[in-house]
Amino acid sequence: MTKSELIARLADRLAERDSELVYKDAELAVKTILDAMASSLARGQRIEIRGFGSFDLNYRPPRIGRNPKSGSSVSVPEKYVPHFKAGKELRERVDGTVRQNGELAS
Amino acid sequence: MTLTKAELADLLFDLVGLNKREAKDMVETFFEEIRTALEEGDSVKLSGFGNFQLRDKPQRPGRNPKTGEEIPITARRVVTFHASQKLKGMVEQHHADKQA
Repeated sequence: MTKSELIARLADRLAERDSELVYKDAELAVKTILDAMASSLARGQRIEIRGFGSFDLNYRPPRIGRNPKSGSSVSVPEKYVPHFKAGKELRERVDGTVRQNGELAS
Repeated sequence: MTLTKAELADLLFDLVGLNKREAKDMVETFFEEIRTALEEGDSVKLSGFGNFQLRDKPQRPGRNPKTGEEIPITARRVVTFHASQKLKGMVEQHHADKQA
């Protein structure tokens, strides 16, 4: 599912519920939500969505890396990288469907 | 300070002009549609933010840390998130600006 498919599905839900909101509103809402989530993480502020999951930053200490082409060493500065941990409901729903369908050999 | 559904709904009220109820429903439905796609085995690609993917993990041996008893960790499907280059760049840039 892509961002535009997500917007289309939200628009479908709005129509089903006889909302006054239309596709354009769903589009602006998705953009606003994703922008807020990205800038929150960029500022180092964590995100916690009950039943979905949480986004944090993980610290990566500085290290000496290598340029795989030339083999010369380069110092890689410390940095922070985004990290997601799925919440209980998401974890169970994703795992539950495969178990029911027997898609995974257990 | 943490960003939650309540703050996201406030933003939809302030910036998009939805009423309080519409804003709350929109945020709830946004995450529910992503959960549904993942539940159905579909990955979710949100350009500029990141991708949610599914990984099937085989059964592996595990241990009860208290008793030392060996118990298999069953095969399972898990969700992984890969931040986009844009989001990674925003995080690194902000950190670099703070250092400067």
